Amino acid sequence: MALDSGKPKFKYIGTRPNRPDGLDKVTGRARYGADISAPGMLHGAILRSPHAHAKILKIDASKALALKGVKAVVTRADFADGLSGEDWNIQENCMAGEKALYDGHAVAAVAATSALIARDAIKLIDVDYEPLPHVTDVDAAMAEGAPVIRDGAADYSVPEGLHPNVVRYFESGRGDLDEGFAKADLVLKRHYTTEAAHQGYIEPHACLAQLGADGKGELWCCTQGHWYVRQMCAAALGLEVSQLKVTPSEIGGGFGGKTTVFIDPVALALSRKAGGKPVKLVMSRSEVLRATGPTASASMDIKMGMTKDGKITAASGTYRMQGGAFPGAPVDETTVLAFANYNIEHVHHVGYDVMSNRPKQAAYRAPGAPMAAFGTESIIDEMATQLGLDPLEIRLKNAVKEGVRATYGPKFPAVGLIETLEAAQSHDNYAVPLGPNQGRGVASGFWLNWGGDTSASVAISEDGTVAVTVGTPDIGGSRASMALMAAEAFGIPYENVRVHIGDTASLGINEPTHGSRATYASGLAVIQSAKECIQKLSKRAAEAWGIDPDAVIWEDGFARPSGPNAGEFEPMSIAEIAGNMSSSGGPISGHFEASPETYGGSFGTHVVDVEVDPETGRTTVLRYLVVQDAGKAIHPSYVEGQFQGGAAQGIGWALNEEYIYGEDGRLQNPIFLDYRVPVASDLPMIDTVIVEVPNPGHPYGVRGVGETGITPPLPAIANAIAAATGVRFTKLPLTPPRVLAGIKAAKNA
Amino acid sequence: MTDKMHVKLNVNGEDHEFLAEPRELLIYALREKLNLTGPHVGCETTHCGACTVTLDGKSVKSCTVFVAQANGAEITTIEGIGNPDNLHVLQEAFREHHGLQCGFCTPGMITRATKLLEENPNPTEEDVRFGMAGNICRCTGYQNIVKSVLAAASELNGAKEAAQ
Repeated sequence: MALDSGKPKFKYIGTRPNRPDGLDKVTGRARYGADISAPGMLHGAILRSPHAHAKILKIDASKALALKGVKAVVTRADFADGLSGEDWNIQENCMAGEKALYDGHAVAAVAATSALIARDAIKLIDVDYEPLPHVTDVDAAMAEGAPVIRDGAADYSVPEGLHPNVVRYFESGRGDLDEGFAKADLVLKRHYTTEAAHQGYIEPHACLAQLGADGKGELWCCTQGHWYVRQMCAAALGLEVSQLKVTPSEIGGGFGGKTTVFIDPVALALSRKAGGKPVKLVMSRSEVLRATGPTASASMDIKMGMTKDGKITAASGTYRMQGGAFPGAPVDETTVLAFANYNIEHVHHVGYDVMSNRPKQAAYRAPGAPMAAFGTESIIDEMATQLGLDPLEIRLKNAVKEGVRATYGPKFPAVGLIETLEAAQSHDNYAVPLGPNQGRGVASGFWLNWGGDTSASVAISEDGTVAVTVGTPDIGGSRASMALMAAEAFGIPYENVRVHIGDTASLGINEPTHGSRATYASGLAVIQSAKECIQKLSKRAAEAWGIDPDAVIWEDGFARPSGPNAGEFEPMSIAEIAGNMSSSGGPISGHFEASPETYGGSFGTHVVDVEVDPETGRTTVLRYLVVQDAGKAIHPSYVEGQFQGGAAQGIGWALNEEYIYGEDGRLQNPIFLDYRVPVASDLPMIDTVIVEVPNPGHPYGVRGVGETGITPPLPAIANAIAAATGVRFTKLPLTPPRVLAGIKAAKNA
Repeated sequence: MTDKMHVKLNVNGEDHEFLAEPRELLIYALREKLNLTGPHVGCETTHCGACTVTLDGKSVKSCTVFVAQANGAEITTIEGIGNPDNLHVLQEAFREHHGLQCGFCTPGMITRATKLLEENPNPTEEDVRFGMAGNICRCTGYQNIVKSVLAAASELNGAKEAAQ
């Protein structure tokens, strides 16, 4: 078939049509998590711990239950017993058991006839707490004498003698560090820290749940992955997985934070307790910030050796990652990716997963990679400055390419780091002259990408149009990408394809829209499903013509005889074959199920110019360039959108965003006033260059693009500020007070 | 529970009357009583702008207005700005210029932008960035939102010139 012969020429791929769900979203018709209601619906509210760490001695809900309109109260006693591992972690995080483990930890929940009554009712629940000593800082949590969050949580990997809050240990490397550092002309050691940042999706978590005493339930919710939600909820409530059907609503952003559950099991428990009435549960913003999963905070020691012409001879890193009151901080990703951009012979990484009295961290766009990049790309920049070398040249000198063995083990297939560096070097932005108090920073970043469980279905309709069903919620325009790939495969107009997100009963299991996998993995599944349809369509034409199916080719939406030898027949359109479906053998559809492992990693390079006000320490981003390898951009506007969105989030993390805990262990900035994400006036236009080094593992060359874009901004901004001020900052975020203090300290030194 | 009060609103050109607790917020009255789920709730503290509506001619965050305060007001929500058969120029521009990714902030963005272009029919990029600074988008980096608003402004101005 044409798909497999040589380099594909595209008719639809690479165009920029309007997205299929655009009309719904510009008119307010699209239905997000909180927009769905049901007859007889109750409203839920959750009571949360005001303590960072406390024993729960007693919960008395009698006053709440006496309030008119209150139909049910649940506590941990209403969830399943006997869970272990991550199932227990998730259940415990959704509803505290013996202890409240962080400020905002759920301790009880109410269902009532209105949201206002439910909120009134939670205030009437009396909880006896015995406050315990707490710790929220990663270094403090590892130190001798730190309060123990939970004994016995450490896994087999942790060496003896470490604090019980260290729950996972990860070490990898190669070569001989001493030998590598001995070859260096310059060796630098630095300590870096990054604070926890929140994904900041504008839609708070919301769901509508219904669960009967018979164990059959339905859940509508905003999620990146409804099969994950189904499994987690079933475990938390002791249900058979198949008895629960989960349907995803439209989703108002996720960035990794909606790949797990926080309120869904609680809503199901409330519904069961209230006799099976549907319960809507919606988080407030402060609940989102206090009690969902921000990313980990990090404390890192980096050492690097370099020759005077810029060749990295050795690198080592120690990464302490704080992931809240449960195991799961992304130590493996951080360590694996730390030096992955570069061909380094002698390299060593150590990672610690550390618990503290903070909410359970969740994935956030390239989990762990931005912190790792902050360390690596900052120290390289400082060494480049000391050696008088160009920062892009130094990266080109060490960049990995096809065939190089990665610092994390395998040999790289075709990758595009060098191409992004060269494109950045030749871009106009790299030559713009800078004024006083201005500086330019560059940094590169990488994300591995992911395949994972994938199941899709393509059905031919009676009129020859096509219904595509995928299991990855559309979070940023992926319906358009799926439709483009299906249109390309079939050779039919984009408008003739409609893409649906299937519920958990309509497809095999699917991993979420995470790991930059949707366009790659669901896209691959759609193409393979379309191929299966095309085979069946071609066979119907062959049967109608009375020729061998192998003598039929598929081109531009038509079955044709493969040549004069096959016979002289008028081409048969998809609509014609579809119109005769019922009389020619029945329905035509195609399916694909697999866990594809041919994902290709995506490298990116960012160049940023900033101006720092020496009077206030305020940083203004003057111009910003993102260059990234997309493999093949299916819908270039949405690829650029991912680049720009990732950069904007990274700029926020670098300059303003941080979780601030008080001495009392309470989160001090749980609203958007103080948790300050970038607004339109904080940002310039973000220039983009799409590099296309095709992924050999995808029929159209696709690489995932969603996550890499947040990896370079942290160091790129810090490097630009260093260039503008002459002061190196190693602690993020670079808020005006912190930058001003650094400038003053340097002046006084 | 407090006594309920009688509230009258004109929303998207239609009169509505209902009972509401004085502490009830306008956004919930719109969403739950009138089933207008286009305006969204993102923060409940006026910062994100997902709930933006036009109230008596001004852009207002309906998450921090009591429905009691809005009694007697004329309100326009995204549903009153245009519909799929008759899109407002801004809705068309957001669609054409990919001014959205997840789309959750979009109704508030467009609602705010309708007023911005009334206040300033010829905005510069900077005017748009500052004029829309009360509406947070976490997906796009604002790039295509700014482009959409600027494109709609030039479209509206072109139509005005053609009419003169």
